[in-house]
Amino acid sequence: MHICRKDHRVIVQGITGKQGTFWTERMQEYGTGIVGGVNPKKAGTTHCGVPVHASVVDAAKEGTVDATVMFIPPLGMKAAALDAIEGGAKLIVCLTEHVPVQDVMYVMAAAKERGTTIIGPNTAGTVTVGECFLGFMPAFNARIFQPGNVGVISRSGSLATLMCQNITAAGYGIKAFLGIGGDPIIGTTTLDALQALDQFEGVEAIAMVGEIGGAMEEAAAEYAATMDKPIAAFIAGGAAPAGKKMGHAGAIVMGDKGTYASKKSALEAAGVTVLDTPSQVGDALKAGFAAG
Amino acid sequence: MNFEEYAAKPVLAAAGIAVPASRLAQTPDEAKAAAEAIGPCVVKAQVPTGKRGKAGGIQLADTPDQARAHAAKIIGMEIGGHTVEKVLVEAKSDIAREFYAAILNDPETKGPMVMFSTEGGMDIEEIAAETPEKLRKTPVDIRKGLSLEAARAMLDGLDLDGAEDRVAEVLVKLYAAYRTNDAELLEINPLIVTGSGDVMALDCKFVMDDSGIKRQPDLAPKGTPDKLSALEVMGEGHGIKYIELEGDVVVLANGAGLTMTTMDVVRHYGGRPANFCEIGGEAYTKGKAALEMVLAKPGVKSLVVNFCGAFARCDVMMGGLLEAWDEVNPDIPVFFSIAGTGDEEAIAMLKEKLDMDPLPNMDAACKAAADAARAGG
Repeated sequence: MHICRKDHRVIVQGITGKQGTFWTERMQEYGTGIVGGVNPKKAGTTHCGVPVHASVVDAAKEGTVDATVMFIPPLGMKAAALDAIEGGAKLIVCLTEHVPVQDVMYVMAAAKERGTTIIGPNTAGTVTVGECFLGFMPAFNARIFQPGNVGVISRSGSLATLMCQNITAAGYGIKAFLGIGGDPIIGTTTLDALQALDQFEGVEAIAMVGEIGGAMEEAAAEYAATMDKPIAAFIAGGAAPAGKKMGHAGAIVMGDKGTYASKKSALEAAGVTVLDTPSQVGDALKAGFAAG
Repeated sequence: MNFEEYAAKPVLAAAGIAVPASRLAQTPDEAKAAAEAIGPCVVKAQVPTGKRGKAGGIQLADTPDQARAHAAKIIGMEIGGHTVEKVLVEAKSDIAREFYAAILNDPETKGPMVMFSTEGGMDIEEIAAETPEKLRKTPVDIRKGLSLEAARAMLDGLDLDGAEDRVAEVLVKLYAAYRTNDAELLEINPLIVTGSGDVMALDCKFVMDDSGIKRQPDLAPKGTPDKLSALEVMGEGHGIKYIELEGDVVVLANGAGLTMTTMDVVRHYGGRPANFCEIGGEAYTKGKAALEMVLAKPGVKSLVVNFCGAFARCDVMMGGLLEAWDEVNPDIPVFFSIAGTGDEEAIAMLKEKLDMDPLPNMDAACKAAADAARAGG
């Protein structure tokens, strides 16, 4: 998978909307290389100081598009993502919640063929600390993100914010954050994100935030067992009842599938420290670094 | 969203898959009348759950009077927590073979998966556990769809008593129905071959992707929504995700992950969460409605408010809460934890309006709420 860097040329799909505008300004202030936006109805105008195009394909005629970030309603996601793939984007961050799963699968099939990384849907985005961010994480808040050597993965944006704040408060810092999203079928899995951060220069430890539902944490555990870097994990939903979608479409225990116990035991067997509460992350990192 | 058998089978029929003649009945007399029109029949409880047969909810009737008697017993029965309100009276079939066929959204391949087994009648978990060698799986490239050749190929080597081509056609039609109707699961179990060689769907399970409901305006109203408590219905009306739980520590947080975690941490400190209630995402401006709702549950003893702003701003959520404060007038101890986007403004608002400070972190707030609930006990 691809991680966004400072020199990447980024297009914001849906730049002219209220959220698109607010977060484009925040991304620009932080240093994200936003070179344009997309809104077919406002093509030819300028918004947030950058040109608005009819499509990513059009934008790509004026220079390479490395990444896009989408502020697009659920039923528009498929067409927008296919446009970004066709426009040659290597990385597409889809923030949208409630995208029909068959649309997501269609986009995944097209992305796989072109080697495009899809992050999300239903993610808060990614942060490469001190370089750029894509989405709506508070990368600019110094109490939450300080530069350092921890790589953070999360299915949830709100919980990631808390985890990053705890890491920062404990005196550590973050190299990169990958929000992968809360849907049942997503482009970048826990395993994909773990491998990418393991190979990302400057990452010396991992904090992983999972949830009940699915089998992504179990799949990531197999790779975690091969890693030397310390890993601390928190799995949300231990107190959740079975058979209910806990806010995220993917966070549901069905029978004995996707349970907290299954994820905890798989991760612990792989040598991962599983936290009882997110506030234990600082101590776990301290112990992990001391042991390494 | 689940569709009961009577609402799911028309989806198959519309795609050209044969189903037995049937009529829906809500009273024993209606069941009798249906049986008079249909002949020898099966009376089947309609509930959004499996294991109807084992619970006694499916009975054979040779005569209209038998159908009436069975319906009288089945209507009102409790199956898997659901009260039976209607039965499907369906023509009895001459079953020679029973197969299993399904299309589902597969997280591993991130695409549709076609499943077929010669062992119909059992549920898929039993088939996978007991006769995995008989379960065939074929992933589909959703951009291309399922071809008749691919469907025929997945049946290669199976003895279907000469029905191979007709079964392959059913798989192709099933796939089309799955795509047209935003299914996350469309299952025929059993798919039967009759004594005269016809291939028919005897039962159907259809789960629609909740995110597809908006673009299925004709079909979606025929589904059976989850049973919700009165407060959960209120939450849905406000666009707030609210799930009622058994405890007494009220949880109010933003974002699904953080809300679940707040519940987990309350429990870690010995408290019992009363609810899941999240006002993140698009609902982050709905602090007022959320506060009214979470406090409406009887017997609650403390409240923990946990905001960690990202997209949802702490000051906006706090504004909504404080607006409702005087009206709702919470008479239980309240503990705040506030961090992230808009946190400084939110903390200042809390100080000004209620002369309160947040606790230093969520652990402290959850622990204080758990302790207060026990003390109030």
